[in-house]
Amino acid sequence: MQYVISILLSGISLGGQLALIAIGYTMVYGILRLINFAHGDLFMASGLMMIYISTWAPLYLAIPLVLVLAVVLGFTIERAAYKPLRQAPRMSVMISAIGVSYLLQNTATYITGGQPMTYPSIPFLYDTVNVAGNNVKWAVLLTPVLVIVLVFALTQLINHTKIGMAMRAVAKDFETSQLMGIKINNVISMTFIIGSFLAAVGSVLYFTNYQTVVPTSGAMPGLKSFVAAVFGGIGSIPGAVIGAFLIGICESIVKGLPAAWGLSVFSDAVTFAILIIILVVKPTGLFGERATDKV
Amino acid sequence: MIEKKSKAGTAAALIGILVLLLGVVLLENLGAFIPNLPPILLPTSQLFIVLKKGAVYSLVAVSMNLLNGFTGLFSLGQAGFMLLGAYTYAILMLPTANRPTVYYLYGGSAINFSLPELFGGGMFGLILGTIVVFILAGCVAAFVAWLIGLPVLRLKSDYLAIATLGFAEILRAIFQWDKLGPITNGANMIGSIPIYSSFNITDASGKVIVRLTTFIPFLTAIICITMIVLLINSSYGRAFKAIREDEIAAEAMGINLAKHKMLAFCTSAFFAGVGGALFAMYVGNAQAKVYTSAMTYEILLIVVIGGIGSITGSCLATFLYVACSEWWLRFLDSPLVLSSGFKVPLLRNGFRMVVFSIVIMIVVLFFRKGIMGNRELPDLFKKKKKGGVAK
Amino acid sequence: MKKLFCLVLALSMCLSLVACGGGSSSGNGGGGAASSGAASSGAASSGGSSASTPSGSQGGSTSTPSGGSGDTIKIGVFEPLTGDSASGGNKEFLGMQYARSITPTVEVGGVTYNVELVTADNGSTTDKAPSAAADLVGKGVSLVLGSYGSGVSMAGGPIFNDAGLSAIGVSCTNPNVTAGNDYYYRICFLDDFQAHALANYVQGELGAKTAYCLGELGNEYDQGLIAFFTQYFEAAGGKVVSASFPTNNSDFTTYLNQAKSEGADVIFIPNSISYITQILTQADSLGIEIPFLGSDTADDNMVLSAVAGTNVKLYLTTFYEEGGDPDFDEGFKAFLNSDPTLMSSNGGNDIIAAVSAMGYDAYNVAIEAIKAAGSTDPAAIKAAIGGVSVDGVSGSISFEPVNGDAVRDFAFIKTADTAAGQWSLVGKTTVE
Repeated sequence: MQYVISILLSGISLGGQLALIAIGYTMVYGILRLINFAHGDLFMASGLMMIYISTWAPLYLAIPLVLVLAVVLGFTIERAAYKPLRQAPRMSVMISAIGVSYLLQNTATYITGGQPMTYPSIPFLYDTVNVAGNNVKWAVLLTPVLVIVLVFALTQLINHTKIGMAMRAVAKDFETSQLMGIKINNVISMTFIIGSFLAAVGSVLYFTNYQTVVPTSGAMPGLKSFVAAVFGGIGSIPGAVIGAFLIGICESIVKGLPAAWGLSVFSDAVTFAILIIILVVKPTGLFGERATDKV
Repeated sequence: MIEKKSKAGTAAALIGILVLLLGVVLLENLGAFIPNLPPILLPTSQLFIVLKKGAVYSLVAVSMNLLNGFTGLFSLGQAGFMLLGAYTYAILMLPTANRPTVYYLYGGSAINFSLPELFGGGMFGLILGTIVVFILAGCVAAFVAWLIGLPVLRLKSDYLAIATLGFAEILRAIFQWDKLGPITNGANMIGSIPIYSSFNITDASGKVIVRLTTFIPFLTAIICITMIVLLINSSYGRAFKAIREDEIAAEAMGINLAKHKMLAFCTSAFFAGVGGALFAMYVGNAQAKVYTSAMTYEILLIVVIGGIGSITGSCLATFLYVACSEWWLRFLDSPLVLSSGFKVPLLRNGFRMVVFSIVIMIVVLFFRKGIMGNRELPDLFKKKKKGGVAK
Repeated sequence: MKKLFCLVLALSMCLSLVACGGGSSSGNGGGGAASSGAASSGAASSGGSSASTPSGSQGGSTSTPSGGSGDTIKIGVFEPLTGDSASGGNKEFLGMQYARSITPTVEVGGVTYNVELVTADNGSTTDKAPSAAADLVGKGVSLVLGSYGSGVSMAGGPIFNDAGLSAIGVSCTNPNVTAGNDYYYRICFLDDFQAHALANYVQGELGAKTAYCLGELGNEYDQGLIAFFTQYFEAAGGKVVSASFPTNNSDFTTYLNQAKSEGADVIFIPNSISYITQILTQADSLGIEIPFLGSDTADDNMVLSAVAGTNVKLYLTTFYEEGGDPDFDEGFKAFLNSDPTLMSSNGGNDIIAAVSAMGYDAYNVAIEAIKAAGSTDPAAIKAAIGGVSVDGVSGSISFEPVNGDAVRDFAFIKTADTAAGQWSLVGKTTVE
């Protein structure tokens, strides 16, 4: 029983961290129809920034600074790498995203010398607490709560503010909303800012839990969050969150199956297997809107 | 786009290919005629590494272009199909004598024959075995592609991309699974397989007379790419392009969408499988963890840099990409002290890849259509003759 | 104009990252530091010849093994200077640099040659290793040292074999590195031996009945050691449960909880350094009290700093124990303290890693081989290398004739003294 709870706990915390990244994916995809491959690397980069900044700044200063820097980085990426390509075919924008992802990873390798870096232990978040015989960090317990709070705030923003309305309009129809006088670039920048902010929050929670940052740290969580976003129906924020939790839990369960079965190899693959099943049964994801073919 | 060529054009293309192949053989064997070669032309030079890897990657890039560029199906499964090809090659070609050492964790291999030995060994067996195994590698990949295609080809654009990417990851996990160890050697590499240099023509004492290490990948890649070009120029190719331009219109014109998509998907997988076998020969082993999604992204980058829908563009971009990443920028990785004692800043391990990714970003941002757009190499010459009449 | 603006933005984007890292470069050890170390030590000790620029500048120069440009002999260093194993690769390289600073020249046929270490970074991955190996071959080195890590050595091996270049493995312990490759030698013990020693130790001294083994998927080193360990542990009546994690995995809590629920008496983690540190820190936060068992890779001060001040118990086998050769220890520490970049590539302190001692020995074996060959020609060196024997700091080294493996019959067992942040020697072990 204690073991089962421990598996569920690691699944929920992993899911929560993925959810924070997945929201960024799903919002950007909803508006730009772009798989922002660089999003996972932004997550890694904020982890690295934290490591370097915390060597000279106290944590209460370092954390806000990292959040701000991550937002700036996300904004810059959008302006430099995606905005010039707004009229280009979608494939070009995606390649640009892959290029940015390459650049971030390689720059990180260059700066760290490719060595794994240790994340600072943030007091309180890093402290452990005993749950049903398992020692868990506060970060693990706080993650789902924080996710729910942030998602609630985000849905309020999207449903009840002007910028939120603009976002929904742009997601619905890019050209028409432009004609209606919505400043599309501002809306897109806002999306990237929110996404980067959440990714940075996610990175604080994730790396407090797992402590080691390598240049490829962002790749797998990034891919999985994207899967989570697709899973929940891309463009839908609650869908992405539910998808992320499901994926996190499934992955932990597969890892926790009796070792003699030798199935832990499939811990990453199971994510994709679920995704394919969902896509085949319901091609637009759990909460996705049905796309209509216009002739 | 490749239009139907005239007879003269076909002849010119054939001659061009033959000259290229001859050139490769000559380049590699210059040492036999000219004694003190500059180091760049020695057979151990980085130049030949680039040529070999370039040939392998250009085949895979063209196969991806067939799918993404010509049919408009956005698939990211290429690394998975390469993996299938690589493993087919490694499992069937590994000499029986080496099997116990390679499979030492599993007490020997479950498959106890190797194709070259089955065909009587020696050079003849090796060549025949390789040809057979290339075809098999392609067929295995195509068959798996068919299985994958049944459910996923109904999906559209990005959903298709992420589903194929997912299948590639699942394939990778299956090949790493311990329970299949006696066949796939678990997650460990299958090494000691015949590589390009096994094809060198040697005399009785083992001294190399004619080097063919670069010729083999070039020959295979050129044959395969020619086949893809022929397919694209056939009525199937025109159907592919119609699907790319507008699925609904294509369907209305009487093109069977499901059939043609499946055909493009399986053909692409077939050649990616052959490319995987070539890649296994290039690195001298097959190991599942190499064939990650990062590899697919790399190939996708090449395709886009070369120009979506341009075969020659893909080939050209491959060689530029490989040369840039493996060779030309390598000096950036080591610190450089000028004779005046000035230490050039920033140069240290990893800087090469930073510069390389900046170069890629510049190409992506400023050459949106890639280096060739959707034109082919011959088109460029045609335009020159007309003196820039075409736009 | 717009494009220019974008370019400036793109540049500022990556610069901001660089600046962020540069703001406090104290923590970043890394490959860069090591190679710049190569530069400075090269400049310091190259004596009269001003032409001996360190690695890199000779991209397409014409120096062939027969010498000519200031009589330099090039020794290739094939190491993971970036990636998962960068920490180990850099430390091994440090040992070689130190050895070079002691013995910067070699006399061949009456001519004194300056030794130049030419590095190629195999990036800790098997797909980058072949081109790194080819890079060395292309630069005309006389022989190769390395690598740390078995997988990359096995991937680079065929290239060296093909080029007729002999390679001396420093700490690649998988049997397949040398088996079937005439040109690969090694100076360390093998996994078979190491696993046997570990199994004996945990069953004898720790009285373990059940072992939980955790390896990285597709890593030759991990899986090979686990297989041998299982074989010996089960032969002596123990029970082994093994699990594998995928590359780039970062959540080990599930595995650790699984080990606990399987009732393991010991957890065997023969992984790359970056994974070991993660596993150990997560074990600490889970409060796992089961002792951990590491292999030669765990002998690294990154691991030591990860467990310092915790309650984690860690035992490991290794090649060298600090204090084994006081002269070497003293010299090496002085060498590290002479240059902050060297120090940071040793992980920021001067605790000597066993692989540094191994790197030192490997360099000396290479020098002896060159002397014995009396030539800088790779073929002559290959012919001479099998007969070389050196009394190194990590023990006497000679090669057995079949595979070119080192004749070694002992390993050190160490444990991490977590309170003091030091290694402490448990004993020297042999296997009958």
